[in-house]
Amino acid sequence: MSITKDDVMRVADLARLALTPQESDLYTDQLQRILKHVEKLSELNTDGIVPTTYTVPPTSVFRDDVVADSLGQDLSTSNAPLREKGCFKVPKIIE
Amino acid sequence: MDLTSLTIHELTEKLSAGEITSSELTAAYLKRIDAVEGSVNAYLTVTAEAAMEAAAEADKRFASGAKQGPLAGIPISVKDIFCTKGIRTTCGSKILGNFIPPYDATVVRRLKEAGAVIIGKNNMDEFAMGSSTENSAFKKTSNPWALDRVPGGSSGGSAAAVAASLSAASVGTDTGGSIRQPASCCGVVGLKPTYGRVSRFGMIAFASSLDQAGPFTKDVRDAAIMLGAIAGHDSLDSTSINAATPDYTAFLTKDIKGLKIGIPKEYFIDGIDADVASSIDSALKTLKGLGAELVPVSLPHTEYAVSVYYLVATAEASSNLARYDGVRFGLRADGAKNLLEMYKMTRDTGFGAEVKRRIMLGTYALSSGYYDAYYKKASQVRTLIKGDFDSAFDLCDVIATPTAPTAAFRLGEKLEDPLTMYLSDIFTISCNLAGLPGISVPCGFTGEGLPVGLQLLSRQMDEGAILKAAHAYEQATEWHKKRPAI
Repeated sequence: MSITKDDVMRVADLARLALTPQESDLYTDQLQRILKHVEKLSELNTDGIVPTTYTVPPTSVFRDDVVADSLGQDLSTSNAPLREKGCFKVPKIIE
Repeated sequence: MDLTSLTIHELTEKLSAGEITSSELTAAYLKRIDAVEGSVNAYLTVTAEAAMEAAAEADKRFASGAKQGPLAGIPISVKDIFCTKGIRTTCGSKILGNFIPPYDATVVRRLKEAGAVIIGKNNMDEFAMGSSTENSAFKKTSNPWALDRVPGGSSGGSAAAVAASLSAASVGTDTGGSIRQPASCCGVVGLKPTYGRVSRFGMIAFASSLDQAGPFTKDVRDAAIMLGAIAGHDSLDSTSINAATPDYTAFLTKDIKGLKIGIPKEYFIDGIDADVASSIDSALKTLKGLGAELVPVSLPHTEYAVSVYYLVATAEASSNLARYDGVRFGLRADGAKNLLEMYKMTRDTGFGAEVKRRIMLGTYALSSGYYDAYYKKASQVRTLIKGDFDSAFDLCDVIATPTAPTAAFRLGEKLEDPLTMYLSDIFTISCNLAGLPGISVPCGFTGEGLPVGLQLLSRQMDEGAILKAAHAYEQATEWHKKRPAI
């Protein structure tokens, strides 16, 4: 499988990245080479092998529902680039 | 005597005996930072004032005769990936350039509870993506042994700080070798614990199934002390393992008679630097001389590990880094006409080239039509790699390998070629994919005077085995006593 510039632009859109034309050329070239390297995996027959997502078997974790201190609205929003009345302010979403 | 050249356990003896105070010690480190940080650039932030206050508090506790924590009064730095309450935390990225966390990471809280004096935040590759620390958005760190060389990465600032005696120890993170590889490059001890041994709460996420925090220290005893201080269950991290933390210093018996050390043939390949190969060869002879039994083992899927890693880690990163959208924290680009444009412009301005490359690769590997061929396939091969280790550990207790195929390379040498840079992690990646603990311990120098590291791996939760073997080796050699001339 090889990756085209159109693929790169589509992936950039999915990843919410506004790439410059130079960046998309560079990434097309570099991703092609990296994908060529990882093609190696197709040598292996992995039929029926269970994928590993976590190396320590995940177990359900339970705890008592105890009321504890939280950061509060002011501190929680203190790093926001723009805020108003304790809320995050963003550009208009619905026209 | 230069206090900054001493280990944690040596300093603790002097502090406990009242020979020195934490205020004197902290001032000595700050003075050393003033003198050599300009050429090493190991720090993004030095918290001089807060450190002197914490040192004064530690001295009060010493004076009161109260029981002291294992790191009482010791100046320690942390990688800038750990949230520090009220202190700027950037993760090496412009996108978090002004981020002031409202809370401490669990690792930082535990260091403070153990009595440590936090002296600053170490430089790193942006979002821990890199093997040279050159991907930091802010500065390049130099290797204290040769200033024109990289310190390794991604925790290069931590490794350089400990090697140059700019802190007594540091905590870094290791997703594919980011503690062990820089430790090897800088001639210090670097320990990556079992996945889940140390809490990830407040540690900025790169690849959540691989990330693990661990210490950089001057010797193995210090690594055991540091691990004891930061390890343990944390209800704030759902993958934290609920097991008791042993006294790791109890493993440092120097007795490794009969210990079975596996030598995987797949790690002794062409392409290893000749000086690295001969240092590792001598180290194995030393271990044998101490009574260990060297056992040939095979890890047949080793050659697939880099491919698996760069699909799994980037897939997880593309998801984790979706949170940097310019809404709740971090940078927001100006001038966007709508919300979507704001996301795209913010992320394009805020992320560096390597981070964008990995987000792109990960997004591609997870995208419709490619998921089975890339992400799922890689996760299946991950099962095979983990199975290799399960079989090998039927035959041995510890596995020994070089930490990296070469010593520290030159600044700029691999920056233009991402794939070559990725291959410098060839010996460290499998350990993360299998969730195992691993340590790098200094084992010699190349002809050019650059440090070489020996990597030891063991079964999950068996940090004791690698600490024991690494300590026995270290105590039989002089490498850990060498300090760079800087």
